[in-house]
Amino acid sequence: MGEILNITLIASTIRLSTPIILAALGGLYSERGGVINIALEGIMLAGAFTASAVTVFTHNPWVGLLAAIIAGVLVAGIHGVATIFYRADQVVSGTAINILFLGVPALLSGALFDSTGATPQLPRDQVLPDVRIFNPQSMPTLASVFNQKPLVYVALALVVLSYYVLRNTRFGLRLRAVGENPEAADTAGVSVVKTRMSGVLISGALAAMGGAYLSIGQNSLFTRNMTAGRGFIALAALIFGKWDPVGAFLACLLFGFAEAISIRMQGTVNIPNQFIQIIPYVLTIVVLAGLIRRATPPRAIGIPYTKS
Amino acid sequence: MKDLARELMFPLMAVIAAFAVGAIVILAIGDNPIEVYRILLSSAFGFYDALGNFTFDNWGYTLFYATPLIFTGLAVALAFKCGLLNIGAEGQLYVGAFAAAWAGITFKGLPGIILIPFCMVCAIVAGAFWGAIPGVLKARFGAHEVINTIMLNFIAVGILSYLIQQHYKVPGDPIMESTEIAGQAHIARVHTFLAPIGIDFPERIPLNFAFILALLACVAFYVFVWRTKWGYEIRAAGLNAKAAEYGGINVRRQIVLAMAISGGLAGMVGINEVLGYRYRYYHDFSANYGFTGIAVALLGRNHPVGIVLSAILFGALIRGGLFVDIFTDHVSKDLVQVLQGIIILFVSCEALFRLLVKRSWRIG
Repeated sequence: MGEILNITLIASTIRLSTPIILAALGGLYSERGGVINIALEGIMLAGAFTASAVTVFTHNPWVGLLAAIIAGVLVAGIHGVATIFYRADQVVSGTAINILFLGVPALLSGALFDSTGATPQLPRDQVLPDVRIFNPQSMPTLASVFNQKPLVYVALALVVLSYYVLRNTRFGLRLRAVGENPEAADTAGVSVVKTRMSGVLISGALAAMGGAYLSIGQNSLFTRNMTAGRGFIALAALIFGKWDPVGAFLACLLFGFAEAISIRMQGTVNIPNQFIQIIPYVLTIVVLAGLIRRATPPRAIGIPYTKS
Repeated sequence: MKDLARELMFPLMAVIAAFAVGAIVILAIGDNPIEVYRILLSSAFGFYDALGNFTFDNWGYTLFYATPLIFTGLAVALAFKCGLLNIGAEGQLYVGAFAAAWAGITFKGLPGIILIPFCMVCAIVAGAFWGAIPGVLKARFGAHEVINTIMLNFIAVGILSYLIQQHYKVPGDPIMESTEIAGQAHIARVHTFLAPIGIDFPERIPLNFAFILALLACVAFYVFVWRTKWGYEIRAAGLNAKAAEYGGINVRRQIVLAMAISGGLAGMVGINEVLGYRYRYYHDFSANYGFTGIAVALLGRNHPVGIVLSAILFGALIRGGLFVDIFTDHVSKDLVQVLQGIIILFVSCEALFRLLVKRSWRIG
């Protein structure tokens, strides 16, 4: 057990939390505005696929990342249009997008790369580089913890930024207002449609970054369904964190830690791998069952708004 | 009559719109949409093969693929009736299929007349159990069933892959599948029913008794939901939980009950798969039947007749998709998944079509 709990565990916790943090922050903007975003999973897949596919053609992971963000905004836009303009059930629309983006990457990778759902492996110099804060030769321990992909630091910065935006900016206050009491916000002259739509589009950009982190950061290719439920885990973290950026961040660290532990335990502990792999999923259920009753969702969440 | 026309019109419009969007996707990929759809539909519904000979293959396989979708469509629809979205049919059907195989392997000594019903009951009970878990979590803790059912899908696959790998596999077999169930646990294929009346329905087509069972389940679904007290209570809880509670209905119990029945229906997929087709549990057998069930239920407007029709449509897409995969240059069978997603999206945006219809009436 002592071998498992060491400094590299912290490093891998940070690495594994990052995509969930980005997606959970995305979910935060959508849901604080009153739109449930079950589609995070599908948006992450869209982002992951776009990032790696565009990088294959441009040989530049930064262009890939940018393309992923655009793709995420577009996919979230579908969810936004369906739920805000056409009053589609938010959970059903999100589910449709999840199903759609199980298929779209597979269909496109077949057409573009003649494969059955994966993109070609990128050479090492074409994935996002590590940020070099410490010299890996002279300070290997610190380097393993702090020399991470840039998106790790972006995610951390976004936690702080989101905390500030929601509390102290005009946009943040309006977003919360349309999520809590759209009628009152409307009366006060806030456009419910525009504000909610902005929240949903931001959620697309962030979740897609989380997906891109998986395909051109942590790995160097896209594989079929590579998010493996992380979009849903991010939603659970958001609920566990009571729809608060810092709370959600801490919950994501917990899930990242569970995943890190489960990876470390494989082969070292005398428990079948399959049981270790399901730890994060079991944890999600336990967390939701134990704590959701004390968390209050935004009051108008899930309810389409009609101007009367 | 006018009601029926309206009930049919919106789903039909959603399907047509989805195929139109699909056509754009196919064009973008570089194939001819008309050719792709021709291959898709003729290989799913045609009575003649490429050489012009009469064949049951297309319809036989379309209905075979429709069978699990009727079960999962009913499963999702029943949860919908209680206001719940069961995205966990995928996990529930795996658990059900494994239970059927377990019974068929473990109780090899029993005669078929006992073993077959026993295997079926095991599939249903196991699926119901797996479905009841998120029901209890929702009723007891208020935990959202959508996230929990998804998590339970992953957990089911993990546990079952352990069980197959460590306990039920033929030793040394690289394929993740169980050993065979007892011969007397096999259920009859349609060949057996049609041969005595002189129709030569080939035995290799795996369409089997489970299809008839699926149709019976539709009737049972109708009676249960609209003609019994339990069905009434489930619907009441789904329409307005607070009002139902005031009316003396225990909403929490309805949630658990609805999820258990929903899971049981999903578990029945195992009857088709294990007792009627492969005669063993094959890991990863489901072609997303659980998720497609959501599309089937939505498109079928949560009504048994609609569910059968849309299950046949999606069954046809699975069947036709295999041919599209082979006979086109670029389009793979994943097109089917994409069409499904678009159809659900359009069905959920019913307001869009209502608007279009209203406008066209106003103009006309």
